Amino acid sequence: MTTTVPARKRPLLGWNISDGAVVARFSLVQTLRVPELMFFSLVQPVIFVLLFAYVFGGAIPIAGTGASAEDAAHIYRNYLMPGIFGQTVAFAAVQSTVGIAEAMSTGLIDRFRSLPMASGAVLIGRTFADALRQVLVLLVLSITGLLVGWRITGGFWNAVGAYLLLLLFAYAVSWVGAAIGLVMPNVETASTAGLIWLFPLTFLSNAFVPLSSMPTWLQPIAAYNPVSTLVLATRELFGNPTGIQPNFWPLNNPVMYTIGSCVLIIAIFATLSIRRYTKTTAK
Amino acid sequence: MTDAAVVAEGLVKDFGSVKALDGIDLTVQRGQVVGLLGPNGAGKTTVVRILSTLLMPTSGYAKVAGFDVVKNPAEVRREIGLTGQYAAVNEYLTGRENLKMFGALYHLPAKYVRERSAELLEWFELSEAADRPAKTYSGGMRRRLDLASSLIAQPSILFLDEPTTGLDPRSRLGMWDVINGLVADGTTVLLTTQYLEEADQLADQIVVIDHGRVIAQGTAESLKDQIGGDRIEISIIDPARVGDAVDAIRSVSSGDPVVDGLQISAPVSGGSTVLVSTIRALDVQGVEVGDIVLRRPTLDDVFLSLTGHVAEEATPPSEKPKRGRGRK
Repeated sequence: MTTTVPARKRPLLGWNISDGAVVARFSLVQTLRVPELMFFSLVQPVIFVLLFAYVFGGAIPIAGTGASAEDAAHIYRNYLMPGIFGQTVAFAAVQSTVGIAEAMSTGLIDRFRSLPMASGAVLIGRTFADALRQVLVLLVLSITGLLVGWRITGGFWNAVGAYLLLLLFAYAVSWVGAAIGLVMPNVETASTAGLIWLFPLTFLSNAFVPLSSMPTWLQPIAAYNPVSTLVLATRELFGNPTGIQPNFWPLNNPVMYTIGSCVLIIAIFATLSIRRYTKTTAK
Repeated sequence: MTDAAVVAEGLVKDFGSVKALDGIDLTVQRGQVVGLLGPNGAGKTTVVRILSTLLMPTSGYAKVAGFDVVKNPAEVRREIGLTGQYAAVNEYLTGRENLKMFGALYHLPAKYVRERSAELLEWFELSEAADRPAKTYSGGMRRRLDLASSLIAQPSILFLDEPTTGLDPRSRLGMWDVINGLVADGTTVLLTTQYLEEADQLADQIVVIDHGRVIAQGTAESLKDQIGGDRIEISIIDPARVGDAVDAIRSVSSGDPVVDGLQISAPVSGGSTVLVSTIRALDVQGVEVGDIVLRRPTLDDVFLSLTGHVAEEATPPSEKPKRGRGRK
């Protein structure tokens, strides 16, 4: 070839971030092309809010004794919403698992791997897009919450902090999801395997019931579960009822513990996933 | 650069206990088209995947564009384009968006990508469909988009893994035109195929592999000669004219005609022009012809002749797809 092909200069933040942004951008464009998928991923948490608010409302005592049934239900809804926020962002991992497994099952991954792009970019971009999609989910969820009586009383910047913490957690679990998607033999297995670990993760926490209602041997496990600290931190930042906490270090420092866990999860699973990715070809 | 575009020496690849490649040596000169011919499971795709840095060889060594595929994969990737067996495009994105994405990931400037994409879409007759999601494309269109994607950075070396498998005859011919056009521009091409005809059409040099080994190589002509070349087969109407027909055929064939009832066959050379000269010779003799065919050697003939067995359809466990491929 006689023509010379121009090249871009190395971007300031490095190719991993720059290429990751390209992958994320087109991953989001793809989301717009399949609005049905986005729609149903919004419907599920909304259904959860309605079910928990009206079916369990009042059955799980959070408020002190003496509150009227109506008050108890109202207090539970305010207690519940951060739990559903936490559960919803945790389930964002399924999207990553299925998305990565799907990409691995087509020739697309071979194309990406034959390009001179940064080796971590496909995973960085996809997990970032998966976390970013949660912005819309959180928005719809918040509106639904407001309609059933949930209120933010902790101040503007604290609320911003709560949402950012939820998105950070979504990004962290997306890496776990991606790692699972990479090792699964096919999309069908991935969609099941990507889901099951999330049930113990989200239910062995204070998302829906206070930790103090759990058997004492279970309490430490739930207390060190980052979902518990995420939900507790979110409750505190939104100014929602927290219930009474058993005395465990993570529960006394929920924001710090949640950020620390997310950083650790990302460090471990990003390393594992990227290493695995560079050795995989389409199957 | 005086280096050959692709050099592979003693490539071995084991998948567990299965030996997919058992010592492949291969050289592709710059500007040359080499066809890697073999049945399913012969190891063609494995060779391409090693050369395009997707797989690490178990042992052996390969250089592409002068760079070691194991030690300098990043440099290799800048020089190559890869089109696999299945269209590797994002089907939710439009044709143009796919090219834009791959262009950005090749680290090309946006303006260049925009111009080059328009040029490629035009060339591949995808301009009209450029802003429709690739999902809506036909099989042939997806393949063309796939090939366009691998050409966005004007690679000097192109790997094509069964570029026409599953295409209808018209799309296949279109693909051949495109590949010939690239070659005319000086691109080096290594392509794999199951079809001798395809290798014949496109390749300067053919390498036949089976069970992970090179079993023959040479030009299409030399391979065909090795297995006996083309044969012409004629059936005539009148049993009394067999003698005249044999004389007529002898005048155009490259060997002795064989008679079987009203059927006469003979080895010929010169491709399809021999059909015309045969008919002319028979016409001069006034022999009425019922049927006439030029039988070209097929991959089966090559295999039968080279290995003593017919090309197997079965895929060994190593190359069996382990995942559902989803939509193809």
